[in-house]
Amino acid sequence: MAGLANLKLTDAEVVRFQADLDGILEHIGKLNEIDTSNIAPMAQVLYEAEETATLRADVPAPPLGNQAALANAAQPGAGYFKVPIVIER
Amino acid sequence: MDIPSLSIGRVREGLLSRRFSAAELAAEALGYAQAENPKTNAYLHFSPERALAAAKRVDEQIARGEELGPLAGVPVAVKDVILTEGVRTTCGSKLLADYIPPYDATAVIRLERAGGVIVGKTNCDEFAMGSSTENSAFGPVRNPVALDRVPGGSSGGSAAVVAQGTAVVALGSDTGGSIRQPASFCGVVGVTPTYGRVSRYGLTAFASSLDHIGPFSRSVKDAATLLGVIAGRDPHDSTSADAPVPDYTALLDGNVKGLKLGLPREYLKDLMSETGDLISRGVKTLESLGCEVREISLPSTDYAIACYYIICTAEASSNLARYDGVRYTFRSEASDTLSDMYRNTRGEGFGAECKRRIMLGTYVLSSGYYDAYYLKAQKVRAIVARDFANAFEEVDAILAPVSPFPAFKLGEKVDDPLAMYLSDIYTITGSLAGIPCMSVPCGTTAGGLPVGMQILTRHFDETTMFRLADAFERAGLPA
Repeated sequence: MAGLANLKLTDAEVVRFQADLDGILEHIGKLNEIDTSNIAPMAQVLYEAEETATLRADVPAPPLGNQAALANAAQPGAGYFKVPIVIER
Repeated sequence: MDIPSLSIGRVREGLLSRRFSAAELAAEALGYAQAENPKTNAYLHFSPERALAAAKRVDEQIARGEELGPLAGVPVAVKDVILTEGVRTTCGSKLLADYIPPYDATAVIRLERAGGVIVGKTNCDEFAMGSSTENSAFGPVRNPVALDRVPGGSSGGSAAVVAQGTAVVALGSDTGGSIRQPASFCGVVGVTPTYGRVSRYGLTAFASSLDHIGPFSRSVKDAATLLGVIAGRDPHDSTSADAPVPDYTALLDGNVKGLKLGLPREYLKDLMSETGDLISRGVKTLESLGCEVREISLPSTDYAIACYYIICTAEASSNLARYDGVRYTFRSEASDTLSDMYRNTRGEGFGAECKRRIMLGTYVLSSGYYDAYYLKAQKVRAIVARDFANAFEEVDAILAPVSPFPAFKLGEKVDDPLAMYLSDIYTITGSLAGIPCMSVPCGTTAGGLPVGMQILTRHFDETTMFRLADAFERAGLPA
């Protein structure tokens, strides 16, 4: 699970979380008791209007800007976010 | 100036009668907050420049004889998951310890436009995940009413500053009870408006279909004032509702006679004695004001925790995927590859509760499990919402406890996450249905610990909710 979530865990954490999550998943299994065969899933809490009702007009507005967007970057450079090598030459 | 005794009305009266200027009040409020904060650790950082600039604008309006906004000069605190431009916003996490947002949340813009003076950012559970504020990377908050106890969470800091008097009102966020529960634990008013009532633009996302921004205050009227200021459609948040915002304070006429109130039988059966007694007395107060109380049923209650913790963790795992060491400050040192960088950054940066929830969420969304968990939970959610809709055919409002118990001791419950989740039972149901709900102080236990009573109403009927809460506040508990 940690791998899927891109989380590196220590050995101690693996043990602890395994116990925690086992317990939680067992409780969650309760949902199998309830009959939902005729129910539509509720993806959105409020949707009286049609799908496109809340969309604004497709008109460009000033963006955040490169500088502001990079201001909190761990490693900015030359107008980009810099990261470790992805593809070996 | 007696800072802890201020209300929105008293600040206004003081400014208009020239007893003090907004700048004087801001300076004194900041000083007081800074001096008192070490007792509780409720504030994470102060924003003196922003506060004094806001105060100056209010004084200039007074000098020009202009009409003042509803929050003129009022010292406000903002939970640190809500973005404030130029003012550090950490979300209670090591991952964002140095993050300076490039924009303001809409709720922040609106409260400042109304004259609010932002004193500082409050401590919270990391990324708003938790019910005690013990999951903050910057130390827990101590409940000002009992310093060896938690203030509740995740908006523990915001509840504490209002209880302590180091802010007049505060903004918090609520996904499964994170405003109502700390309000109950600290003895203040906490409001979770209808989903979509307040824009989520600038609220760091935890669970997008469950997140709300809402007010904390020492009186129902002040909460109603603050909500009126921040509520309303926002083009930046497509889930913000187009519904008109009434003048909530104008409708606090105390007229609750004949309102039908429901008590869910599933909530009352396991209630601990002192909390149960105080809630009963609260119900009696409302009966004495002419309300009609009857038992109702919310049959899906037993499944609500499972439903909530599937949906919120699934959404959280998606929303927290962005914290990967690229765009948002923190990056783990010395990773050879991009994958390593992602895993190390997140492994080092997130606290235990966040990790638990991210893993759970990732799992329930993963192929092979999606139908069994996430889709199923969305169907159960529809049933929970339907239960409330059915109840509101019979009653105008529902009364409930907020928490099975009052504030517990720091460290008492950190080792049992499932137990912590199960204690959210009274608050997550309202969140799942998206209805407005609030906690109003309902007395204290023999040991002096505050207990809040919850009032829930139909979508967009905050008016009835406030009217009941206000009448209740004024009446007090029967002897």
